[in-house]
Amino acid sequence: MTENLSMAKAINLGLQRAMREDDRVLLMGEDIGTLGGVFRVTEGLKNEFGENRVLDTPLAESGIVGTAIGLAMRGYRPVCEIQFDGFVFPAFDQIMSQLAKQTSRHQGTQSFPVVIRIPYGGHIGAVEHHQESPEAYFAHTAGLRVLSPATPNDGYHMIQQAIQSNDPVIFLEPKARYWPKGDVELDGPPAPMHQSRVVRTGTDVTVVGHGAMVAMLLDAAEVAKGEGISLEVIDLRSLSPVDYDPIIASVAKTGRLVVAQEAPGNASVGSEIAATVAERAFFHLESPVLRVSGFDVPFPPANLEGVYLPDVDRILDAVDRARGY
Amino acid sequence: MPYTEATLQLLSIDGTLVESDRTAEYRALVDKLSDAQLQNFYREMVVTRRFDIESGNLQRQGQLALWIPSIGQEAAQVGSAFATREQDTIFPAYREHAIARIRGIDPVAILALLRGQTNGGWDPNESKFRLYTLVLGTQTLHAVGYAMGIAMDGKSGTGKPAQDEATIVYFGDGSTSEGDVNEALVFAQSYEAPIVFFLQNNQYAISVPVIRQSRSPLYKRGEGFGIESHQIDGNDVLISYAVTRVAMDDARAGKGPRFIEAQTYRLGAHTTSDDPSKYREQSEEDYWKERDPITRFEKFLRAKGEKESFFTSVKAEGDDLAADIRKRIFELAPPSTDVMFDHVYTDDHPLVSAQKAWLAEYEKSFGGDR
Repeated sequence: MTENLSMAKAINLGLQRAMREDDRVLLMGEDIGTLGGVFRVTEGLKNEFGENRVLDTPLAESGIVGTAIGLAMRGYRPVCEIQFDGFVFPAFDQIMSQLAKQTSRHQGTQSFPVVIRIPYGGHIGAVEHHQESPEAYFAHTAGLRVLSPATPNDGYHMIQQAIQSNDPVIFLEPKARYWPKGDVELDGPPAPMHQSRVVRTGTDVTVVGHGAMVAMLLDAAEVAKGEGISLEVIDLRSLSPVDYDPIIASVAKTGRLVVAQEAPGNASVGSEIAATVAERAFFHLESPVLRVSGFDVPFPPANLEGVYLPDVDRILDAVDRARGY
Repeated sequence: MPYTEATLQLLSIDGTLVESDRTAEYRALVDKLSDAQLQNFYREMVVTRRFDIESGNLQRQGQLALWIPSIGQEAAQVGSAFATREQDTIFPAYREHAIARIRGIDPVAILALLRGQTNGGWDPNESKFRLYTLVLGTQTLHAVGYAMGIAMDGKSGTGKPAQDEATIVYFGDGSTSEGDVNEALVFAQSYEAPIVFFLQNNQYAISVPVIRQSRSPLYKRGEGFGIESHQIDGNDVLISYAVTRVAMDDARAGKGPRFIEAQTYRLGAHTTSDDPSKYREQSEEDYWKERDPITRFEKFLRAKGEKESFFTSVKAEGDDLAADIRKRIFELAPPSTDVMFDHVYTDDHPLVSAQKAWLAEYEKSFGGDR
């Protein structure tokens, strides 16, 4: 069955299905119960599952993740919501030094199936700490898996896969893509959780991104097409691990790669992709791998986000530079 | 001095029982203890101290990277540990060697951790004694989450004390300043979680005296969060047992969390990397040596008529353990490199698998010379 849904609704349905299928799955977070979350992603779930499975927690991020770890030790599969990207840092120790390392520390005696959902990224004109892209911290940390869906269909399926995973998953939900609708295959078989995917084929330059940047890349590809340039667009979907094979295969065809991301470029996921492609596909490359990123500054006041965030023009500028070699 | 009007005590430093209305309930519990149980209290304190001394020696001889002594804190640990039931889950910090022993953890597993062979060391689901946690206070949140899970499972407050479960979490005076401990108290109280917070106030966070963590007695922190809290003489194994027993029973019965501050003293260094002479006076150490938990309890047992042969046998048991760990630590095989790669994730992870395979090939390329 196919339904036309927003990503927010699709994730909501994915959570509902996961909770119906496994009564060890529970949700924790600030304002996620009665209110349904500030983005309404958990709307209606407290009504269906009760306050013991949809926990309106005290306002304490470290407390949310720390108690989720304890619940996982008890056999639960907690799904935590961090209200906004910039609010994850009070939970940083519990994520980095505890959650990420627990599985290794336990040497096979205990799994930690904890999902941390984080609405992330810009384009919503919000105040400081509400528009950031912190994915590099998590992708850098062994023991975590990091996912970011770009479409409602992936939101629906990937949240269920994240919950089914026996490992901690950082699930980054692009706020800018919460409301646009798309077709969701409710019963269709999902793609593998960590698979990256060619979402538009092309021949001249490969462009790679994740989250909200995928729609931007598709827009750029459409504009480029009008100029006679053919872009192949790849949706990463998974930031840790990264599925490189489709990227390498695409670069083997196009010889050129542009990586786009909202996050600052220094020591970023895009940097890692550029380095890996340079290592693995050096003789296929006709030009240097180029990154289009947020600037290496704090996320600016919202009136400047249009300048800060990569847009179609900056992506096409990089495409032109790549083609210039 | 750290004792206050509120400090509960059953055993004075001369080993005699102290009568008071406030402790009558606890005295009744202690009076029910069998001679064998009292012997166990003593045995675990003495044997753990011997283990502790031997481990310190092993560190000085280069066999451990570090040792974390618990000398002086045996009564707080042994009394409270014996107050738990086997179905209860214990969350230690990293100095709870006596409790580890009581829960059946092989002492060599603790040494393996401090020898750099593992970051864990035992199966916490088997022992219900969770792994040592080195980032201060983080385990308090894990313990509260676990306790919330007990309540959700309907395993507390059922009216069947023999089956109901609770958790107990150990932490120190330094940790009370950590955000996580405070968040743990909030969550525990808000969700009425079946948990006992057991604070061993050993007076120092490495070098910094407890007054820098708090100008008021720390048990009042618990009260401030709306949690029933007690301050006890942590060098009195009987009060440690009895107050923890009541607190755990309350937690198991679904009455919500409890908080115990045990006034004790780290007679040794924070770790073998530490030098307490730089930050505390001999007179202070002497004050606490007079309050040594083992000496006091030994006086009590002797006054009760315990025979010399018992004390001799316990000393021999400690010496045997010391000899045993000294032998077995040398038998520990170096960890395989698999320890590094396996279990980083539960499910397959291509990056880790590829790096594990790469290392194997790389090492093979030396033709067995490495």
